[in-house]
Amino acid sequence: MSDMATTTDTVLFVRTQRAERVAPPKGPRGPLGWARAHLFSSPFNGLLTVLIVAAIAWVVPPLLDFLVFHAVWSGDDGREACLATAQNPDPGACWAFVRTWINFFVYGPYPMEERWRVNVFFALLAVGLVWMMWLDAPRRDLGAAYFFLALPAASVVLLHGLPMIGLETIDTALWGGVLVTLVVATVGIVVSLPVGVLLALGRRSEMPVVKLFSVIFIEFVRGVPLITVLFMASVMLPLFVPPAWSPDKLMRALVGIAIFSSAYMAEVVRAGLQSIPKGQYEAAAALGLGYWRTLALVILPQALKVTIPNIVNNAIALFKDTTLVFFVGIFDFLRTIEVARNDPAWATPVTSFTGYAFAAMCYFVACHFMSRYASGVERRLGAADRR
Amino acid sequence: MKWVSVALAVAGAALVGLSSASAATLDTVKARGVLNCGANGQLPGFGMPDAQGVWTGFDVEMCRALAAAIFDDPDKVKFIPLTAKDRFTALQSGDVDVLIRNTTWTLSRDTQLGLNATMINYYDGQGFIVRKSLKLNSALELNDAAVCVQQGTTSELNLSDYFRTNKMRLKSVTFATLDEALKAYDTGRCDAYTTDASQLYSVRLKLAKPEDHVVLPEVISKEPFAAFVRHGDDQWFDIVKWVQFAMVNAEEFGIGQSNVDEMVSSANPEIKRLLGSEGNYGEQLGLTKDWVVRIVKKVGNYGEVFDRTIGQNSALKIARGQNALWTKGGLMYAPPVR
Repeated sequence: MSDMATTTDTVLFVRTQRAERVAPPKGPRGPLGWARAHLFSSPFNGLLTVLIVAAIAWVVPPLLDFLVFHAVWSGDDGREACLATAQNPDPGACWAFVRTWINFFVYGPYPMEERWRVNVFFALLAVGLVWMMWLDAPRRDLGAAYFFLALPAASVVLLHGLPMIGLETIDTALWGGVLVTLVVATVGIVVSLPVGVLLALGRRSEMPVVKLFSVIFIEFVRGVPLITVLFMASVMLPLFVPPAWSPDKLMRALVGIAIFSSAYMAEVVRAGLQSIPKGQYEAAAALGLGYWRTLALVILPQALKVTIPNIVNNAIALFKDTTLVFFVGIFDFLRTIEVARNDPAWATPVTSFTGYAFAAMCYFVACHFMSRYASGVERRLGAADRR
Repeated sequence: MKWVSVALAVAGAALVGLSSASAATLDTVKARGVLNCGANGQLPGFGMPDAQGVWTGFDVEMCRALAAAIFDDPDKVKFIPLTAKDRFTALQSGDVDVLIRNTTWTLSRDTQLGLNATMINYYDGQGFIVRKSLKLNSALELNDAAVCVQQGTTSELNLSDYFRTNKMRLKSVTFATLDEALKAYDTGRCDAYTTDASQLYSVRLKLAKPEDHVVLPEVISKEPFAAFVRHGDDQWFDIVKWVQFAMVNAEEFGIGQSNVDEMVSSANPEIKRLLGSEGNYGEQLGLTKDWVVRIVKKVGNYGEVFDRTIGQNSALKIARGQNALWTKGGLMYAPPVR
């Protein structure tokens, strides 16, 4: 025992006096530390950071100059306002042009005195969208009925007119702008969901005829570009049917878009259906549920939940694809800008750029909103899986 | 893309040919109460809606004149915007009654597509725009000039043909889009810019300083614009043709919107026949006696329409040039009403 005590006394590896205090290393904390960890963690990463910052510095200031600082905001006298002057030798975007034409961008050539009908349609559509998209909204079953049944019927009466109740008929050749873009996108989305689900079920069906039809439909439509479907619908269709039966131009494009988006939606939904394990079907069968109740109560709620991000993704793609109706002579939002930028009264070197910049901003805002919404829903529905 | 539209249009002609037991177009139009007119949706001066959504332009006014002759109301027209690709099928399938959309009259359109061109209502052709500072008076002085042109267009082809025929050296600078080509010209990469004359004037306004540029007098290609109807309805063909002839005749006799009422009682037998105070020429067409009075009063004569939409009273300020009356050194000539 005494030996051990002696060892402790003689071997001096334990420090006897206090070490002097030093400041913590500059490393991981503070703005500098953050920069080192995230921006300059290696020479290559540092180079990337510098290049990207340089690119931003190169692009953003002239862009802001064009869009904001040198832009012309007002002026009703046409092109004179947006030409180079002594005060503004290098004029930027001609927002005065957009202000003059904004009504045309929204309504197209829709008759002036009937435009309130379009406004009512926008309001009804907004109500429907909020009802469907806000997950905690009351009576969402009623909302679905409103969105998928009442709204389309009301829109047709409102926009196209019903002389019986005193609403003058407005030919679809006079529809245009944001109105047409929204109508085309909404019809595409509203039709494609139910039809897409049916096609997806058909493709997985055990009835050969239904299965064959679904497979051929989906594969054929997915095998051709949208523009081809639109050309077929708008150019070939009227040659085959007698003129009296020939649907109007917008209707043809709507049918084309609906067919196209349904085929894509079917594949999205099918992916969701395939992610449901077989045990779910067996459990439903064990409970004595038939085919339709199995689907409605067990399979579809789970499958659709998984596919929501993809459905919204499809919706974004479709929203942008609506610009293709431009090629069959329909005045969608982009085409109204295309028309306006040719107006000799506003023809300046910057008019075209202004028009396109405005279009880009509008499409970006709409698509960005949709994608934020999708990621919000995804987070919320995924909460169960992350526990 | 071009062969697609041609193939579609030819197929359309074949299909329509099979089922051409259609009713007379005039009766269909009257029963419908409105004329369906195929128009360009975005060509300034010829056919496009303005900021209020009202259709304006030279071709558009021609449609209004037809409606005025048929209904005595120039607003009974529905304008259907058509693209270069779907314009012929729209006419063949009966979507539109008449196609007035800056469409060039060519032999194949007359035969292969089963259409009838009615009358040349605008003589277009390729022209040049140059800087005034170059002090050029003629396109023949463009030797060695750099010319901006849009790629893959007939303009590009005509340009090199023209330079070759006249033994001049060409430095053509081509761009994929009209806007790029124009920008290049504006920033000084080229000495001249070329496209169809009808577009040169609207394009000029997009330059930074339009007043520094001038359109040269030469027109180096033939692009005669005509209104088109379907084969197989000669009465309708006559009506569309003669409404335009009448407008040219009215200008020739000095009958305009302001004086048409006095002119009705003119002693000149030609004017009497034109305005229907003598003979029943309008009725022979299936219209009314006073058809020309309706057109001129509601829409105007050829010159008035020209000035208002593309000529001196418009933003474009296109010179009459070849489109002046034959009596004034142009090519506008209409057969007599008798």
